[in-house]
Amino acid sequence: MTTIRLFERTGAFAENKDVARELRLKELMPALQRGEEVVLDFTGVEAATQSFVHALISDAIRKHGAGALDLLAFKACSEPVKKIVAIVTDYMQEGLGPG
Amino acid sequence: MKIHLPNSAFLGNIDPFLRGFDPSSPETLEITANDKWISVHPLALSMIAALGLTVKPGGVVCRKLEAKSRHYLVRMGLFRALGVASEINVTEHEPAGRFIPITRVRTSNELSSFISEMIPLLHLAPEQSRTLGYVVSELVRNVLEHSGSEQGAVLCAQYYKKSNSIRIGVADTGMGIKASINNSHPAATDQEALRLALWPGITGTTSREGGTEQNAGAGLFFIKSIASINRDFFVVYSGNALYKLLKKPAGKRPRLHADPFEDRHSREESLPAWRGTAVGVDITLDQTAEFSALLDAIGGTYSAAVRERVRARHRRPRFI
Repeated sequence: MTTIRLFERTGAFAENKDVARELRLKELMPALQRGEEVVLDFTGVEAATQSFVHALISDAIRKHGAGALDLLAFKACSEPVKKIVAIVTDYMQEGLGPG
Repeated sequence: MKIHLPNSAFLGNIDPFLRGFDPSSPETLEITANDKWISVHPLALSMIAALGLTVKPGGVVCRKLEAKSRHYLVRMGLFRALGVASEINVTEHEPAGRFIPITRVRTSNELSSFISEMIPLLHLAPEQSRTLGYVVSELVRNVLEHSGSEQGAVLCAQYYKKSNSIRIGVADTGMGIKASINNSHPAATDQEALRLALWPGITGTTSREGGTEQNAGAGLFFIKSIASINRDFFVVYSGNALYKLLKKPAGKRPRLHADPFEDRHSREESLPAWRGTAVGVDITLDQTAEFSALLDAIGGTYSAAVRERVRARHRRPRFI
């Protein structure tokens, strides 16, 4: 299992998409590629932008399908972060279509 | 170029200010102002500062300002941003609690620093800071990622005690929304490009539904939605087109629309051409909905919009 601690990289407001891209390319996608479970630990992160969360996880859903969410776990999310994550996962799955 | 600071130019009445902009002779910038009083939205100041950055040193001419309120322009950092002497003496105060002076942001890390260092100076409640940080981040990142502007984004903000509101202006002198959207979607006019840019899921970086791994095409839709739910003004000006989300009367919660033309709005498409994009937003703090509630409303509209667009592209069965 891989744990990615967001706060260390983003601070309390996760909005820097360059950071999201680096985490996605260097940690998240390689771990999913290995079939590992990935915990995105939002402890200390009070808010995130939709753009940040999209840059972090949308590619995982696009490439691995909705099954990516079986391998991803979102830990210690504040209410706004939970809602942003839900928005991104919803619209990514809406766009996937069946199969 | 010529631009005139009028007696009053806020988002509700900004149209005459925009119509008075003369974009000819882009190698110089002449600034004039109302003699009696100048009271303008941060968007107007951000736009003028952004224009100034496109002119070589010595190319900016600012006519002597007579208005009593001219010191405000000094304190917002307009003359510093333009690189011209103001000849106006003011006592500078610590800006905490009232305004964010004109600031230029050119990189992602500069933006993150700006958000973490400047927004706390306004001493807002946590929910309000969150909304403001969200708005600033999405608007400025749009500039950094899509405008192609060498000058970056120019922004400033002001707190207004009487209306208990924050007003924000972000301007760039990049390629503009039409050129950016046209990278992936056909838009014949600036107004059509604005409509597409405000539609959730459409980005100039790809014609693919849902955007790319780095861009969803949702930033402006989110900002328009925040303004809509809070019943505030939101203005986008790019090329010769203006889209203005109008304030909504009090009453039941406004409905969000994926199509910006279904919102209560006004639009123009024969304004002097702005080479780039300028966005203004008001956030009335008394009525700022809880951020989580905002997200509930936005999420539902967004998913429905994506579903509709995907369904519209479905192949239909051939019944013979």
